[in-house]
Amino acid sequence: MNVVEIGHELADLLRKYDADYLEAHLEESRSSHLTYRGKELESTDKTSAVGGNIRALVKGGWGFVSFNSPDNLKAKIEQAIEQARFVSSGEARVEHVQPVVDTVSENIARNPVDIPLAEKKEILDEYNSVIWSTPKLQTSVIGYSDNYRKYLYINSMGSYIEQERADVTLRITAIAADNGEVQQAGLSLGNRGDFNRIKNLHQQIKEMAQRAVDMLTAPHVKGGEYTVVLDPVLAGVFIHEAFGHLSEADHVYENPQLREIMTIGKKFGCDELNVVDGAAVAGLRGSYRYDDEGVPATKTYLIREGVLTGRLHSRETAAKMHEGLTGNARAISYRFPPIVRMTNTYIEPRSTSFEEMISDIKEGIYARNWYGGTTSMEMFTFSAGEAYMIRNGKIAELLRPVTLTGNVFVTLKNIDAIGNDLDMNEGGGCGKGGQSPLPVSNGSPHIRIQHCLVGGR
Amino acid sequence: MEEILELAHQFAEEAEVFQVISEELPVHFEANRLKAIQRKQSTSISLRIIKDGRLGYAAASGEIEPRTLINYALETARFGMPARFNFPEPVQLPDIAVFDPEVNRIGTAEMIDLGHALIEPVIKSTPGIVCDAAVSRDTLMIRLINSRGCRAEYQKTTFGLGVSGTLVRDTDMLFVGEGQESCRPIRDTKAIVTTVLRQLELARNLATVPTRSLPVIFTPDGVLSAFVPSLISAFNGKIVLQGASPIGKRQGEKLFDAKISLYDDPTIEYAPNSRPCDDEGIVSRRTPLIENGVVRNFLYDLQTAGQAGTRSTGNGSRGRGGLVSPAPSAFIIPPGEATFEEMVKDIKEGLIIEQLMGAEQGNVLGGEFSGNVLLGYKIENGEITGRVKNTMVSGNIYQILKEVIALGKTAKWVGGILLAPHIYVPAVSVASK
Repeated sequence: MNVVEIGHELADLLRKYDADYLEAHLEESRSSHLTYRGKELESTDKTSAVGGNIRALVKGGWGFVSFNSPDNLKAKIEQAIEQARFVSSGEARVEHVQPVVDTVSENIARNPVDIPLAEKKEILDEYNSVIWSTPKLQTSVIGYSDNYRKYLYINSMGSYIEQERADVTLRITAIAADNGEVQQAGLSLGNRGDFNRIKNLHQQIKEMAQRAVDMLTAPHVKGGEYTVVLDPVLAGVFIHEAFGHLSEADHVYENPQLREIMTIGKKFGCDELNVVDGAAVAGLRGSYRYDDEGVPATKTYLIREGVLTGRLHSRETAAKMHEGLTGNARAISYRFPPIVRMTNTYIEPRSTSFEEMISDIKEGIYARNWYGGTTSMEMFTFSAGEAYMIRNGKIAELLRPVTLTGNVFVTLKNIDAIGNDLDMNEGGGCGKGGQSPLPVSNGSPHIRIQHCLVGGR
Repeated sequence: MEEILELAHQFAEEAEVFQVISEELPVHFEANRLKAIQRKQSTSISLRIIKDGRLGYAAASGEIEPRTLINYALETARFGMPARFNFPEPVQLPDIAVFDPEVNRIGTAEMIDLGHALIEPVIKSTPGIVCDAAVSRDTLMIRLINSRGCRAEYQKTTFGLGVSGTLVRDTDMLFVGEGQESCRPIRDTKAIVTTVLRQLELARNLATVPTRSLPVIFTPDGVLSAFVPSLISAFNGKIVLQGASPIGKRQGEKLFDAKISLYDDPTIEYAPNSRPCDDEGIVSRRTPLIENGVVRNFLYDLQTAGQAGTRSTGNGSRGRGGLVSPAPSAFIIPPGEATFEEMVKDIKEGLIIEQLMGAEQGNVLGGEFSGNVLLGYKIENGEITGRVKNTMVSGNIYQILKEVIALGKTAKWVGGILLAPHIYVPAVSVASK
């Protein structure tokens, strides 16, 4: 199926139906993957996907039909409309957007999917031998993926947008074992399709493998409350997980109590705290020109000088809450309808240096690196891949990995220092509503949190 | 399919084509109201070849030229792992019931009624609660053919019901929820609703716990969130082969309490993860993993079994047409003797853990879990006194499951992947503020 041809056919068709709003998505994508498990290349594959969907809004109800065969488009449109009618009790409507006709190409010198597998294998082989030169190393896992995607958005109001994007991701895990103990250290990188940016990581990988071994003999932290300093990677995960998800309007718009908690103008943190989300911040994994509802990307201040100033919207939530559009409706593929998602989320840098930040901590924890994180709105947990004690203003011994947890409202207020060294992490993927992993980036300078609960024994 | 197989076989010693055709029909309720009706249709095809002794793989969702798919597979076979197996010969699939035509007769109107039946009693019981619900029916058609003449083909239906509620009071948030899944229609919402109402009742008061080691009852959901991620990796033949499973070299040893047994079982009639064969055409069977505390077997697909010098346990899994790797079909932990009330009565000060958040983020490979108690209750002097908050538990399954005080006498399906009773253990590390 040729998506551009079908796109033009759909652009004509969609205008002919009686629905409050109709949109179609079409996409074609190709990707390749290489996985190493242990010393050998375990598997490699190449895949392709093509498909689309129709979404209809009729009298406040949504219908959605996804497919990967383009036969009988009319029947699919009619089915989506019929489903939407069936809902009837819905209250949804969408904020108006000026129709857009545009084509956006990804600015890449070389499509990563077309780079011969031999070239990808060569660099990964080198990394794997770096890992394996570490004593006590039990095994390693390397996952490399690239993807090229061309995707179309078409609606019944006359919008027709063609966009493309390319992604490269690399995840490396080194696993050390001794006496029935297993420890691991990892590295997770991503970018917008530039294969060259995953070259020359040998030194970094060597240190990572050594850290996995060192963790075998590292002590466990004693569980309890600590002053915790987060590195830019982990602070980025924190702001994404703990606060970012609360700023997604679809969590808030149908819940009056939560709406009250998230009232614009409320004080959430210290005066130094600025939090931003924006796909219009260019060149990152969460960047794009238009979201999956044809809304131009923006840059949104979620918190400015400690005060809640904005949140992230789809056309539906913006209409419901009477707040402006932000261009944050995204779908991971044609199999799903777009929902409110983050893009590039970060804490803006301030002036404190890392040395100043730790200088007056008698006993605390320096938590680095990303292991994972989830949230249930109010409560969050996130795991550091690497942790050290801070003693008398100095970084001290390496610890086993730690998990941090807390209440977001309390924790944001407990941030009492924000560093000057913003760094963006593009290695993560975000999951929500069964749509995972969505390419996002998040970042921060170093930050310090007082009274943070750390799991331990 | 046949065309791809035939053409691929001209270029490679062996070939296998695997196709999944699915149709999903979910009905979504959001914020106590019907929100959307969806239909998701999808076809995916994957090709695996053995060329010059090496494995090649390619997959496509939607249309693809057979020649393109074969070229993808041929390119990857140049670097593929040496194949340590042959594709299976023709087999007779066992008769494991996973298809019920009745599922497809449930119309949208009835699904909508079921959703209302899930939500209404919950909102009536608790003013201010905001409920989401989903009712879904799916049909799956799986076909596998290979160049040795094996043809495995089956249809499967699944029906699912689920409801979740969020209750916000000031800045306190409570999350409750329950779901059920089966290959047959589920028309009775009573059990799900009763569970959610019970959660709400137990959570009415707040209770505090000290920071120290406490006895804990893990509910079946708690077992799923705390223990299952580590068990999945520990019994994965591939991780065993790599030497990264802490129990990989300890087959035949008693590492867990004698009350604990664990089986992988895809043969239970109409269970959501049952199937007549795995995704490589190997006939489904029940595999003992732990028996009376003793480690028995690990789970293998064809390639991993070939590398490890053993046989596939019928656990080759592709997800939705991805690469094959060993994965459990469903974990079964047989129940014990104790009633829930007896276990609660036995505890002077302790916890019931129903949902852990973030437990799978830590060193899962090493058996560690560490998570925030998303839904859990305090026990004082044999009585449940209320919900706990700001509480974190952590431990290692190899230490915690070494001594189990009791297993509940009824087992429950959770998440489609686990059938387990309550598990009552003497000491888990708890941090609270």
